[in-house]
Amino acid sequence: MIGSRREGFIGRVMLVALMAVTILPFVSLFATALQPSGTYPLGLQWPAHPQWGNFTQAFEAAQMGKLLESSVLIVAGVVPVSVLIATMAGFAIGHLRMPGSRLAFVLFLIGLTLPFEGVITPLYYEVQGMGLLNTRWAIILPLIGLFMPFSVYWMRAHFVTASADLTDAARTDGVNTWQLFWRIHVPLARPAIASLTILLFLFTWNQFLLAIVLVDDPTKRTMAGALGAFQGQWGTNIPLLCAGSLIILVPTLAVFLIFQRHFVVALLQGSLKG
Amino acid sequence: MLDRSTSRHRAVHEPAGSRRVPWRKPGARWAGWLFAAPALGMYGLFVLRPLTLTVQYSLYQWDGIGPSTWAGLSNYATVFSDPALLGIIGNAFKLIISFSVIPVLIGLAAAVVIRRISTSRLAVMARTVLFLPQVIPLVAAGIAWSWLLSSTGVANQFLSAIGLARITRAWLGDFNTALPAVGLIGAWVLVGLCTVLLMSGMTKIDPSLYEAARIDGAGLWREFTAVTLPSIRQEIAVCVTVTVIAALSSFDIVYISTQGGPGGVTMVPGLEIYELAFSHRQVGLASALAVVLVVLVLVCVLPIQRLARKEGPR
Repeated sequence: MIGSRREGFIGRVMLVALMAVTILPFVSLFATALQPSGTYPLGLQWPAHPQWGNFTQAFEAAQMGKLLESSVLIVAGVVPVSVLIATMAGFAIGHLRMPGSRLAFVLFLIGLTLPFEGVITPLYYEVQGMGLLNTRWAIILPLIGLFMPFSVYWMRAHFVTASADLTDAARTDGVNTWQLFWRIHVPLARPAIASLTILLFLFTWNQFLLAIVLVDDPTKRTMAGALGAFQGQWGTNIPLLCAGSLIILVPTLAVFLIFQRHFVVALLQGSLKG
Repeated sequence: MLDRSTSRHRAVHEPAGSRRVPWRKPGARWAGWLFAAPALGMYGLFVLRPLTLTVQYSLYQWDGIGPSTWAGLSNYATVFSDPALLGIIGNAFKLIISFSVIPVLIGLAAAVVIRRISTSRLAVMARTVLFLPQVIPLVAAGIAWSWLLSSTGVANQFLSAIGLARITRAWLGDFNTALPAVGLIGAWVLVGLCTVLLMSGMTKIDPSLYEAARIDGAGLWREFTAVTLPSIRQEIAVCVTVTVIAALSSFDIVYISTQGGPGGVTMVPGLEIYELAFSHRQVGLASALAVVLVVLVLVCVLPIQRLARKEGPR
């Protein structure tokens, strides 16, 4: 009894220590963001006169409004289409199992561990050939393709467990495949679709490599890509850089805290399935 | 895969697939291909085609603009003989220690200790907090840590405070510490994920297994190796897979925190591919390195998957 109480205490201490290390960079960013702009602050210290104006200054310097708009447009272009076509493919491979579906599945598996660096060079020339370089389509279209292995794998994992009896019953009622998909199986797949949507939102918002390679103009990039450019431009003004980084973090953090429970479950499942 | 209930469903329903109601139209059996077509199209256009092009480029000498000349396997010969490029591949493997080994070990230790308080409010809060690094862009993590590890950053402030002022330095700018410092950033990002994953695996272990082990007189260590480890093999495999891929294909963190410097000691394959292809205009060599990277990831990840599958409970 005493033993397990002591273990409980050690557990708490360890947990608090881990949490402290996790939060430290955020605290440091915040304290530094409030130092006078252009100074070289020393370590972690609360400023005598917090400069809240740094946030406004960083917001304008980074054209944060435009960045936000750009990221939202990219997410709107990537996520709904990806989820839709991956759900359809997952349904086909996992449930309809048309002749040769095994082959289609193996084809998608090839891409599951593929690092984006493995295809980035030809992607550049491909997108250039399509005349889409430096537009948001340069990020949107390739990302949809690159998300397919994981997304199809994810949706297939749901649809292999979908009820075959339900399908048989619907078939005898004369329902065609399209109606079967939309009216019966999509509503049942809602939890899997919701988790996938959250994950793809996150992957898109934080996408960096595609953004810096395919789009030069930071205001047409994702948030992560824009942050890279912001660092290049304001890297010497540390308080401003910290303020800008925090502003760029806010949208993901907000979405995370709102959908917290879904997020943790989705990410856990996501990594388990992936 | 996560919840066991789904595999039970599968066991009930899967045989049913073979006795489907006969299809009305003969073409309906093939309708699945129409459903899969859009996904296959996008995947083929933006993944499979570039992938084959990467292999094709790797066989040529090309500056990205002018005509290309056939180079055979010479680009690969360069990748496997150039000391700088070999060093870069070596760096990726060194990063496995801090991206993969350390987070999994810390995650295991933390999860074992935390398991006993896993339902407390603190543990629930920890799940949220430890996930924060997973949610933010890696770029932001890079910026925050570049500042923490700079010569005037918190790391040095802390060291000075405990009387270690003589070892303070710009951690990311020092030849000896830059790579471990980059590794530290990766470890920070991945420790939380591993801890929460392993913790969730441990909460599913039947408590009677522990009671049985205690009755058999097993100590804490024996309990850990005989009960805990085998039960969470699947979760460990996932942690190792995810973190090894993150280590080998790291890009964002290095790009932001060191750009591969100082003197190339933190250069990794991902960043080198980017530089070769887009700064040095050596598309062929960049592509050969890309092919090697893709293969390395597969070679490292596939055995882990097979181990987990063969001996795993499912």
